[in-house]
Amino acid sequence: MSKPIIATASLAGCFGCHMSLLDIDERILKLIELVEFNKSPIDDIKTFTKECDIGLIEGGCCNTENIEVLKDFRKNCKILISVGECAIMGGLPAMRNGIPVKECLDEAYLDGLTVGENKEKIMPNDEELPIITDKVYPLHEIVKVDYYLPGCPPKADLLWEAVVALVTGKELDIPYELVKFD
Amino acid sequence: MSDTIKFTIDGKECTGKKGQLLVDVAAENGVYIPVLCHWKGVKPAGSCRICTVKVNNRYVTACTLPIDENCGDIENNTPELQDIRKAIVEMLFVEGNHFCPACEKSGDCDLQGLGYKYQMMVPRFPYAFERRELDAKSPKIFLEKNRCIFCKRCIRMIKDEKGRSYFAFKGRGKTLEISMDEKLAANISDELAQEAMDICPVGAILKKEVGFVNPIGKRKYDNEPIGSDIEKSQQ
Repeated sequence: MSKPIIATASLAGCFGCHMSLLDIDERILKLIELVEFNKSPIDDIKTFTKECDIGLIEGGCCNTENIEVLKDFRKNCKILISVGECAIMGGLPAMRNGIPVKECLDEAYLDGLTVGENKEKIMPNDEELPIITDKVYPLHEIVKVDYYLPGCPPKADLLWEAVVALVTGKELDIPYELVKFD
Repeated sequence: MSDTIKFTIDGKECTGKKGQLLVDVAAENGVYIPVLCHWKGVKPAGSCRICTVKVNNRYVTACTLPIDENCGDIENNTPELQDIRKAIVEMLFVEGNHFCPACEKSGDCDLQGLGYKYQMMVPRFPYAFERRELDAKSPKIFLEKNRCIFCKRCIRMIKDEKGRSYFAFKGRGKTLEISMDEKLAANISDELAQEAMDICPVGAILKKEVGFVNPIGKRKYDNEPIGSDIEKSQQ
């Protein structure tokens, strides 16, 4: 039987959840025995080359590119998991929610105390750049999400237990200490 | 001892004095009923509804119910009530802006503790992302209105020697928010500022110039669920 395939992505996140996945230490060798990785920053595969069983997504959606990647994951993954606070509730990027986008951009590029020389008052507007959304969205407000792993980041043991439970079909019994929102 | 009342909670025998509040009697008998707005000895507000129990098949808030002979068998930890409580926690999470990773109260927060207890993975309701202000005018206190859950503990408990409240509600309905009396708060004592932070069930009231006192792993709800102290007290 072929191994289950995992894909991962970081949207509006800090890559901390991916770091936490690497925090499983030597168990990463066991993980490689258990699963195969497809599209993921971990192996640097940029596009889906086959249908995946599990998609782990960190970060919420703050721009059109995030939404596109998320929808691509939903299309290509049988099970989609929101990993971490940003994916579940927007996280720190969502602190801009409620502030008009123009105000945020003005602060970042024109009026902010740390803005250096910008006499021409240039706002990044290259057509290659994704458009910023009106607010940062949790993943499940855009596509159907099957499971949630909270934490900032989710503890390495939680990620490990969850992935192993999924690929081996064992029931997941999470100890109290493992589920935290920070 | 005619004022001693005997009743059961989920089948467990409990005793208390007639007229005592159910939530307090339960705690004395080692039964944890979650609270967010209640504080023992303070006139109950019944505002958060998290202590909802079922008495004689009716939903009642345990913090406003004086016990008497008619209590019978009270339901507390049934799957139905647990789901109601979980829904309340989820509602409070989406109604305010509770960014746990950025909050000083994280780990010591009662709302978060209940989220852990009921294993809230994601709220079932859509996030509101309401924008509220942070009031930092007092030299001793931050008032982070985004995190307030309207329990009224501070309004009811934090008062000066003349009985004037430092905190009050402003507005109604959707615009309701907690506010702080600027003049009073300018001279609040260190002790009272600390008490205000301690009684706040979330991270809405924070004392200035201290923060993240307890490291991760040694905070209130890092290793044991909220209410464990009460449940252990009678074992």
